[in-house]
Amino acid sequence: MLEVKNLNVFYGNVQILWDVSLEVGEGEIVALVGANGAGKTTLLNAIAGLVPPASGSVTFLGRDLTGAPPNAVVEAGISYLPEGGRLFPDMSVLENLEMGAYLRSSWKQKKERLEKVYDLFPRLKERRKQLAKTLSGGERQMLAMGRCLMANPKLGMFDELSYGLSPKLVKEAFDMLQMLRENGITVFLIEQNVKQSLEIADRAYVLENGRIVLSGSSSELMDSDHVRKAYLGL
Amino acid sequence: MKIKANYKKYVIPVIAILVLVLLIALPYFAERSDSRYTIVLFKTILMFTILTLSWALFSGPTGYTSLATAAFYGVGLYTAGVLGRVLPLPVMVLCGGLASFLLAVIIGGITLRLRGIYFAIFTLSSVELIKHVLHWYEITIAGGRGRPVVRVPDTTVFYVLLGILVLLIITSYLLKRSKYGLALSSIGSCEEAAAHIGVNVVTLKVFTFALSSFFMGLAGAIMATGMVYIDCFIAFDLNYSFFPTLMAIFGGMGNIVGPIIGAVVFTYLREILITEFPYVYMFIFGTVMILTIIYLPNGLIGLAESIRRKLLGGKHADTTCRRVN
Repeated sequence: MLEVKNLNVFYGNVQILWDVSLEVGEGEIVALVGANGAGKTTLLNAIAGLVPPASGSVTFLGRDLTGAPPNAVVEAGISYLPEGGRLFPDMSVLENLEMGAYLRSSWKQKKERLEKVYDLFPRLKERRKQLAKTLSGGERQMLAMGRCLMANPKLGMFDELSYGLSPKLVKEAFDMLQMLRENGITVFLIEQNVKQSLEIADRAYVLENGRIVLSGSSSELMDSDHVRKAYLGL
Repeated sequence: MKIKANYKKYVIPVIAILVLVLLIALPYFAERSDSRYTIVLFKTILMFTILTLSWALFSGPTGYTSLATAAFYGVGLYTAGVLGRVLPLPVMVLCGGLASFLLAVIIGGITLRLRGIYFAIFTLSSVELIKHVLHWYEITIAGGRGRPVVRVPDTTVFYVLLGILVLLIITSYLLKRSKYGLALSSIGSCEEAAAHIGVNVVTLKVFTFALSSFFMGLAGAIMATGMVYIDCFIAFDLNYSFFPTLMAIFGGMGNIVGPIIGAVVFTYLREILITEFPYVYMFIFGTVMILTIIYLPNGLIGLAESIRRKLLGGKHADTTCRRVN
């Protein structure tokens, strides 16, 4: 579904990503794990069209998206939830959700989509008139997810979903990912929280210093000595 | 409850139409009582209302504080100076608007990559830049400073301004209701997230900026016809940048009514202060402005809103109120 091939990204003279290649198949949950500064967010930004790659390619459903602008990437069916959710704090919950359906094809169906999101998160319906900045951490997470769903994406990319959440909410957030998959959305997530990501993901990649050093099914990675030592502290 | 809500929906349109009818009738009464001053005062009020509301069209939702209003207004004035004798009045006014629109596309294309204070400074300097380049051109190449403007009766100017204002109000309303209005607020709230969602941020900003400048140019082109003579220091006066911004803050920017009320009250206040206290008027004015910013951060509209809420005895914390810059 999503195919990244030999991607190289620079910030000025500094190379951040080195020949990164990965694949996300339809209906999968794939995790990309790695420490701070490994280049995880840069990779997502490059896929989302926010950072231009120096070389390599990004293909989605057979379409070449290398260097495409962010609106074209969203239009193609990729929804990107940046770190911390990035809500519109001064807009109401309803307005935030409507913004999710901003693109032309989605705007027409925003009513039905809204119903669906309210079904999944009844809490958001109760709070639809409230400003997003007045929501609690968990509600913000729901809103961010809901906004993602409003675009009716085929692939959802989530950057550091567990960012700033209590352990209980982290668990809820990961449950939401499962729910997305049940609703037919492929999930690509980026995490520092290696243990929990591996628990829900089908497959995973390990990114270190801008290079993919390991990949495989989650259970394989769980058993790998490198992951156990470096990330799980076992 | 439902009937009450319905009735509330009609209050503002009904008031707006009443005011419009009164304004249309105004020149008739003013001529009968032979008070030319009334028309001149209303011209100024309408002009500032147009500048303020069109300023708020872009800067209100996005939070980009533009101080280039004088540039667009001035370009309108100069268009009238150059084309006033050649073209019929409606075409000339339209040209003023289009010239400002084009200038805004250029200025916007360059500056809208900047944010916050940098954007404000750059737009402010664009006024000075245009003023001095034009001045230099007139003195060294064209030879001769300023130019006369063809004169049009005050009543005609009044009606043209009124027409522009109605058009502007309708445009603002439609824009606010559309998804582009929502997208503009989202840019003001969190620009990165707006881009993530797929809003074409740069195009939308530049277009809206140019649209708001279009109305400023229209107002400039028609106002020039009442001035007899203009030069670049009259046309590109920085007060035309500052006043609309202050008026919008004074009135409140959350909706369309705020900037209108702000501009009307503020212009009238300014008029009274200038005539009654010609020497200290700026001092009083500044004090009023400081007090407004400290005590009425949401402007007159915010004040009205909080009084209404107190009277109705709302029990909940105010969570629906919009941010106003």
